[in-house]
Amino acid sequence: MSVIKVQALSKNFGAIKAVDQLSFEVAAGQVYGFLGQNGSGKSTTIRMLLSLIHPSEGHIEIFGQSLTDNRSAILEQVGAVIERPDSYPYLTAQEHLSLFAKLRKQKITAAKIESTLSQVGLLARANDKVQTYSLGMKQRLGIGIALLHDPQLIILDEPTNGLDPQGIADIRQLIQSLSKEEGKTVLVSSHLLSEIEQIASHILIIHQGKKMAEGPTSSLLDPNKTIVQIKTLDDLGAKQKLIASVYHSNLLERAEGLYLRIPKLEIPALNAFLVASNIDLVSLEAKNSLEDYFLQLTSTY
Amino acid sequence: MWPIIQIELFKIYKRPRTYIAFGAIAALILVIQMGLKIDGEAYAGFLMKDINDTLTVDGKVLNGYLICYILLQLLLVHVPLLVALIAADMLSGEANLGTLRLLFTTPYSRTQWVLAKFIAASLYTILLLIWLAFLALFLSMWIFGTDDLFLMKSNYVVLIQEQDVFWRYIGAFIFASFSLLTVAALGFLMSSLANNSIGPIVATISAIVFFTILSTLNIPLFNVVKPYLFTTHMNNWKEFFDIQVDESNDAITGSVLNMAKIKNSIIILTVHIGLFVGASIWIMKKKDILS
Repeated sequence: MSVIKVQALSKNFGAIKAVDQLSFEVAAGQVYGFLGQNGSGKSTTIRMLLSLIHPSEGHIEIFGQSLTDNRSAILEQVGAVIERPDSYPYLTAQEHLSLFAKLRKQKITAAKIESTLSQVGLLARANDKVQTYSLGMKQRLGIGIALLHDPQLIILDEPTNGLDPQGIADIRQLIQSLSKEEGKTVLVSSHLLSEIEQIASHILIIHQGKKMAEGPTSSLLDPNKTIVQIKTLDDLGAKQKLIASVYHSNLLERAEGLYLRIPKLEIPALNAFLVASNIDLVSLEAKNSLEDYFLQLTSTY
Repeated sequence: MWPIIQIELFKIYKRPRTYIAFGAIAALILVIQMGLKIDGEAYAGFLMKDINDTLTVDGKVLNGYLICYILLQLLLVHVPLLVALIAADMLSGEANLGTLRLLFTTPYSRTQWVLAKFIAASLYTILLLIWLAFLALFLSMWIFGTDDLFLMKSNYVVLIQEQDVFWRYIGAFIFASFSLLTVAALGFLMSSLANNSIGPIVATISAIVFFTILSTLNIPLFNVVKPYLFTTHMNNWKEFFDIQVDESNDAITGSVLNMAKIKNSIIILTVHIGLFVGASIWIMKKKDILS
């Protein structure tokens, strides 16, 4: 069953198409990674999912209901952190959670507030005003507010912003436990692609408002899509030799450096070809990561 | 909707800015009261110098009722600026903090949030007015005592008997609440148009100054619109202190010279409140929350 179903969603800001005919589905229990460069349209999409921005075209269904017609019932089951931590500097974390607890139909007890503060690591500072918090603590407070009412769908836009490595690891663990142990559906966007790679079961890549790729993370990281970076003493000469070879169709157009896209098993043969062609090879590096795939899809030549 | 009104009230209560207005009003009133307590007789003598030859006034001219009238004349021009400090920040301040996104992704609708915020701003405004009434009226009555109220208008004098004054102040404060709620609603409208705190506050104050000037100028072109400007009606609380006289020119106790004018002003101000708040709701419903 799809928790989120987006069909032909578009948003125009004047002449600018921020989101262009975007369609995707998020299944229950998935951690769905939403990738895109700055300005690619992912935050705009997330805001449309949360009814902060009115779509120009298209349709959004969440929990099988139209967002336009059932906004209130849908948002009762959604928790979200949008882009940056939002909080009132003159209130404490405890006061924040107590206030937002009042906004939900279900009764949220003091014990639940305390356990949420503990879950996001703010129990010790619960009675300090937010203006004394670091950015990372504010981010954790935002996540606490999002999780307080035990939502079925959690939408996290850049949740690791401002967090230190330990904080990032904690959020990663939290997202994984929400999905695996509690069966929650999580839609997460991040510019830290390595983070998405580690936590998301499905990935959508968006560029200039359009969907570039979508699918299970494992399939997007197919070994057949390995990207190899070649470093030589004479890149121009090496490039000419590669263009004249069987590898011409594997060559990727990148602004800097030489990159080929070949199956992992063919890397030794490529190495042999470079040596045989008297190319002064410095290094040959396989970049089997989502980041390279993402850059390949979204790079502008 | 009560939970979100509670939340808005709690936020106002916790904000340091809230107390600036209460502090400013207290400071101004206490300084003026202290000055009049020390040097009040000289001030009363100055007020009466033009009529001392033609009129003899028994009793205490500089009493709590007169002090309150002087204070209201001075302060009801400035209190709108203090109301603007809070009301004009209710929506834009949250947009600036980013917290509007938090509120608008809860199950409550934007209309409910905007109304809750306006109700909270209105309660704040009324509390400010009660604070003003406590200091300007009750504290003055306690410090200076009470007596008949003797007012010098531009070309006549009004003498209201002591037992006929208090209810007029209650009426004046109720009227003033409409004036200040209009300012709050205007601030609210400005707030819905911006994403920063300062702009709407300055815009509200500028609008009040601009329309006050239009209301004051006696130019035929502006006379057409003047009856419909809220600033024309904001100071009509003074009408409670103009009384009817009988055939022998004695004041009629409990009368107000022009009650129709007061009612008309209240209607005009209420219409402005409705229009400003309605426009704020419409704008916020249409708005894309980008900040």
